[in-house]
Amino acid sequence: MIPIDYYLWLSAVLFTIGVLGVLYRRNAIIVFMCIELMLNAVNLVMVAFSNYMNDAAGQVFVFFIMAVAAAEVAVGLAILIMMYRITKTTDINILNRLKW
Amino acid sequence: MNALLVICGLGFVSLLAEIANFKKLLTALVVLALVAAIVLGILDWGTPRAYYHDMVVFDNFSLAFTALLCTITLAWYVMARSYFEHQSHQSDRSALMIFALAGGIIMVSFNNMAMLFLGIEILSISLYVLAGSNKSSLFSNEAAFKYFLMGSFATGFLLMGIALVYGATGSFDITKIYVFVHDHGDTMPRFFHAGLVMILIGLTFKISAVPFHFWAPDVYEGSPTPVTAFMSTMVKTAALGAFVKVFQTCFTPVQPAFLIIVQAIIVLTLVVANVTAVYQVSVKRILAYSSIGHVGYILLALMASDGSALGVLFYYMVAYSAASIAAFTVLQAVELSSGSTGVDSFNGLYYKNPFLAVVMTIAMLSLAGIPPLAGFFGKYLVFAKALEHHYVVLVILGVVTSLIGIYYYFKVIVAMYKKETSGTTPTQYSRVLLVVLTLVILALGLFPDRVIGLLIP
Repeated sequence: MIPIDYYLWLSAVLFTIGVLGVLYRRNAIIVFMCIELMLNAVNLVMVAFSNYMNDAAGQVFVFFIMAVAAAEVAVGLAILIMMYRITKTTDINILNRLKW
Repeated sequence: MNALLVICGLGFVSLLAEIANFKKLLTALVVLALVAAIVLGILDWGTPRAYYHDMVVFDNFSLAFTALLCTITLAWYVMARSYFEHQSHQSDRSALMIFALAGGIIMVSFNNMAMLFLGIEILSISLYVLAGSNKSSLFSNEAAFKYFLMGSFATGFLLMGIALVYGATGSFDITKIYVFVHDHGDTMPRFFHAGLVMILIGLTFKISAVPFHFWAPDVYEGSPTPVTAFMSTMVKTAALGAFVKVFQTCFTPVQPAFLIIVQAIIVLTLVVANVTAVYQVSVKRILAYSSIGHVGYILLALMASDGSALGVLFYYMVAYSAASIAAFTVLQAVELSSGSTGVDSFNGLYYKNPFLAVVMTIAMLSLAGIPPLAGFFGKYLVFAKALEHHYVVLVILGVVTSLIGIYYYFKVIVAMYKKETSGTTPTQYSRVLLVVLTLVILALGLFPDRVIGLLIP
């Protein structure tokens, strides 16, 4: 059996890639994908711990995360399309009209 | 629990209103159901009960916050009538608002991390749509998009935190986590602490405390004014309720290590929010920064790790929400008549509509913390609570920042009493609501112990 540390390090790496992607990429679609990557890193941790501890609760939680992530992306893409209709671009650098 | 069921049922009924063609009845139905939810919440008072295998627990804290959330939504619904009536998508907007409220109720009554996550998401997803509900305005779209990106980013952190805490303690149930951490306090693995910090980051995003506040002013400014009012009252109350539940009940055994982080957040929140607010020229943005600043004061009360802080928190939220809704009602009336939310659109309001100007003055004075209004006692109690626990430096900082606060609140007041006037007289507002809110602010200031006593065991 693969030790749990391996799963934890893998998901830590995935999570970090996701966070860096959200912070550095400028294309809205890629930013969406990076958020999904973060959530999937979480799923991996949950499933690994769940299997390690012989406790089903973690795997049930993963289903919740998947369902909610799908709902979130549905809303997010709708908002993106609404914005694309006005600005004709998916570059998030245009999000600078509201500034302090 | 009954309140939550009524609210969820109302959400579905509102969705059906468009199809079944009873949109005209919807306003009455929403008001009735909200009143019913408040009454049902009060009827359960004093009988804590757990539902669905301890997924949600309605104790006095949850019931008080449930009733408060429903009351805020009711007041807000009266305030935001122009946002619903004679608009397309009336039933969709009502349904989203009601579902956001359901999410808020779950956030203050969860007993399991899964419910916390679901509550936050139900609240947030509804709000992403509401923030962008003015479809033709690029500002509204931009606010919705920013809110969505930042919200789901924060959710990622929160979830990672929950997963790591689950790995360390073997449970999502917050009472089980508490017992486990209490028994194994010194031998917890390192990733448990990483998980705690991530939960803290996720929730700090939601309550918009500095340094995770940068989305809030933009989102508050871009959203339609009624939605901004909803965000800065209902949503903020629910998020703070969740924050308290996680950090006052679940993680008290490890609190000493986290007090330093929370102290840093408080210092940053108080200073950054209040200083930045001074430079704002839009009343909407001033109110946004003021709502960030108030989070700092509330967190200060939570530094006291005993149960009595909950009473102070509840009182502060009631006082803050009443003053905020009153201020936003006036702001909306001024915006509808002048088309702008700048401070100069308030010029000479007293000579055009003395009633609105007086209400706005009382709301601003209460937010600034001038006696004998409710806001003053809120701040006073927070400072007293913090002093009891010897946070002298933080209290001095709090007093100094509320003095800065007086400056920007008075900017609005001074504008209203200027001789020069501009624009037309605001007419669209609910006089009854404003009178009630003013009375609440005054009454809370005169009899504060009634409300605080509610949550002291």
